[in-house]
Amino acid sequence: MNVNNILEIFYVLIGLIMVFASIESFRDRENSARIGTGLFWLIMGIIFAVGKYLPNLVIGLLIVFVGILSLLKQIKVGKLKEVNKEIAEKSAKRLGAWLFFPSVVLAIFSILISQFTKLGGQVGIGIASVIALIIAMIISKTDAKTTYHDSERMVRSVGTAGVLPQLLATLGVIFTASGVGDVTSKAISGVFPAGNHLLGVILYCVAMVIFTMVMGNAFAAFAVITAGIGIPFVVAQGGNPAVVAALGMTSGYCGTLMTPMAANFNSLPVALLEMKDNLGVIKQQFPIALTLLVVQIILMYFLAF
Amino acid sequence: MEYLKLIGIVIIILGFAFKLDTIAVVVAAALATGLVSGMSIPHVLTILGKGFMDNRMVSLFFLTLPMIGVVESHGLKQAAVNGISKIKNLSAGKIFNLYLAIREITDAMGIALSGQVQFIRPLINPMAQAAASVKKTLTDKQVDLIKARAAATDNFGNFFSQNLFIASSGVLLMSSTMKSLGYTATPANIVLYSIPMAVITFLITAYYNRRFDKQFEV
Repeated sequence: MNVNNILEIFYVLIGLIMVFASIESFRDRENSARIGTGLFWLIMGIIFAVGKYLPNLVIGLLIVFVGILSLLKQIKVGKLKEVNKEIAEKSAKRLGAWLFFPSVVLAIFSILISQFTKLGGQVGIGIASVIALIIAMIISKTDAKTTYHDSERMVRSVGTAGVLPQLLATLGVIFTASGVGDVTSKAISGVFPAGNHLLGVILYCVAMVIFTMVMGNAFAAFAVITAGIGIPFVVAQGGNPAVVAALGMTSGYCGTLMTPMAANFNSLPVALLEMKDNLGVIKQQFPIALTLLVVQIILMYFLAF
Repeated sequence: MEYLKLIGIVIIILGFAFKLDTIAVVVAAALATGLVSGMSIPHVLTILGKGFMDNRMVSLFFLTLPMIGVVESHGLKQAAVNGISKIKNLSAGKIFNLYLAIREITDAMGIALSGQVQFIRPLINPMAQAAASVKKTLTDKQVDLIKARAAATDNFGNFFSQNLFIASSGVLLMSSTMKSLGYTATPANIVLYSIPMAVITFLITAYYNRRFDKQFEV
């Protein structure tokens, strides 16, 4: 069996847990958008489990349909069964640090399989996830039914935010097919000459910061700025793609630290902690964000080339 | 009109800036970019579908959710709280730094704690305030500063260590986007090159937090 066939098994498993989420979303009477939400997870489940046998055109149509559902506010997380605090407390006392063990297994096994076998990182994640789940079930003495509910609860809780990264990566495909990178590089190279490594790195990292600040989302900035600036000005000049990606994304996070647009990180704490200064968190983050940005530009320049 | 191809970028920027529905914005940007580049509707839909299928690896992190669900319902968060609340006799800055270390390590293992809700508000903020008020009572302004620094510390730890976990959505997004754009960056290599920033962020933040203590020492 080759790697792609093994990987396909894991995609079927993902499809399966998405179908669990779909079933429970349909059954969630308290969710005003239960039909749309159930359909959303069902469509995702179908794409992951049997998408390989569907024409790409149909998948494209399904994605547009999901976009419309989302636009019409027909996808909502709904009411999730909360974790039973009493059971959790008791079990935390009994198991203590062992509760972290499955996660350690997952992290270490994925890296080991990726580095020391021919299966690769993706299959590594799949195998390690299954092993970690089995260990978690054994140490916590969880049965299949509870595991089913823990799975559907987690999947439903991530909602549409869970498929956003994949959709953003898909955008890269469209941009490449349409030649977006060529246009931006032509436009910008009138001002900034492509070919100067340091200028390219500064341009990319600073653009990641600015666009993340405007959009409030580093993942979205990464998809567009890497296609538009990162590739033509850094990677195409010989920059190592893994270095450029890793440091480009964290440059974007420096933007997240400095913008009120990232409400989850900078405004939520203000409310949670009942702070007087609305921008208090950002003010504390500002000096560190700028320092780290400079460090990242230097690191990218020396590590990528 | 070659510049029309940039319409997708414009849609994404405006859509996110104005907080429109994110999924719809991304789908619209994809369709618009393809259409203005002269593709037919079925062709755009086909590329969209194929692109989504080819990028399924980004969603591999879904596979880790059942395990996390099981340990969570068996008290993962309670166990972490029990551990952290044992910390005693530390200054505010040292409490922040210890939490920062815990946050980075758990992040590297893929344990995505909702830090602000689960730890900063109920645990780290009150502990730091208690530690800082040993010598003299805190002014309102100082209380606000401690709250802000506690929240900021959680963000520093979270942002700069989450890419140490190979199955995190960020790492998978980077790897898959690079593939979409025609270049190879394996998840393991992205993790490797994320290590320097995790370490540097820890060191710089730790220094920043230790200096924070000075204002409470008079």
